[in-house]
Amino acid sequence: MEREDFPGEETPLEYQTETGEYNIFGFWMFLGAEIVLFSTLFGTYFVLIYRTASSIPPTEVFSMGLVLVMTFTLLTSSFTSGLAIHEMRLGNVTRMLIWIGITLVLGLGFLGMEIYEFVEYASEGATLATSAYWSSFFLLLGTHGLHVAMGVAWFIIILIQIKMRGLTPATANKTFIASLYWHFLDVIWIFIFTGVYLLRLVIA
Amino acid sequence: MSNGTTVTKKGHFPWKHVVGFISSIVLTLVALWIAFYSAFSVRTIVILIFSLAFIQAALQLLMFMHMAESSNGRIQVGHILFSAFVAIVVAVGSYWVMEFGIHLEHHM
Repeated sequence: MEREDFPGEETPLEYQTETGEYNIFGFWMFLGAEIVLFSTLFGTYFVLIYRTASSIPPTEVFSMGLVLVMTFTLLTSSFTSGLAIHEMRLGNVTRMLIWIGITLVLGLGFLGMEIYEFVEYASEGATLATSAYWSSFFLLLGTHGLHVAMGVAWFIIILIQIKMRGLTPATANKTFIASLYWHFLDVIWIFIFTGVYLLRLVIA
Repeated sequence: MSNGTTVTKKGHFPWKHVVGFISSIVLTLVALWIAFYSAFSVRTIVILIFSLAFIQAALQLLMFMHMAESSNGRIQVGHILFSAFVAIVVAVGSYWVMEFGIHLEHHM
């Protein structure tokens, strides 16, 4: 089957059924809502950016080295999940599974570093209850981290399903949607990196 | 417009992904350099680093997420642009409403 939407290419598995096509379309609608959800958390953060209530200021706590490593870890995982979809479209199931595996390892590494970061900040006296600034910081970062954790769980479940049912239009569709979700987490992180860390250190 | 985005042909090297990945890294490093080592004013730095973030987000949506492919590509792009508009109104609008004229003494 060849369609105009995919010139010079067979329709990818994940788009082959009508349900699959609507699932992907629907997921884009969901991502639009997620963008707005995160914008409310960013708005809260920007409003409270100077409200440290004479508690420990972020400039004394932020360690840019760790944040940079986290940024490149998540960025790379977005790339590897993209490669997984690339291999899926070429029909290389083994390579696709390997790339998803690497994505999972990077995602878990990111989560580990984020937990380490939070524990480190808490030991220096910055917790959810310290000040309005730190509440909004942990709320925004925590919501993103929770999404990453859900993304990891989602990919693991999909790996099990592909193992059981093989690569079908249905499982390909689920894998593609999970990868959209994973890329989205990276897009949100770009704004956290810029709007939370860089911005706070620039205006300090 | 949806016809303009080609899907990688069988056996082809994933150029789109590699280009998207390298540009993301470069954009991140440029933002970092501007924030810490450039001599621009704070206002210019804030504008520049946020512009870079939006460029990088657009790159990810097009290079990695294939936003514009499929028969719904156009609607998807329109929907994400609209969401981004609402997001900016919410985030920047909140800041504008809460900060200007109320607590001006707190900052520069």
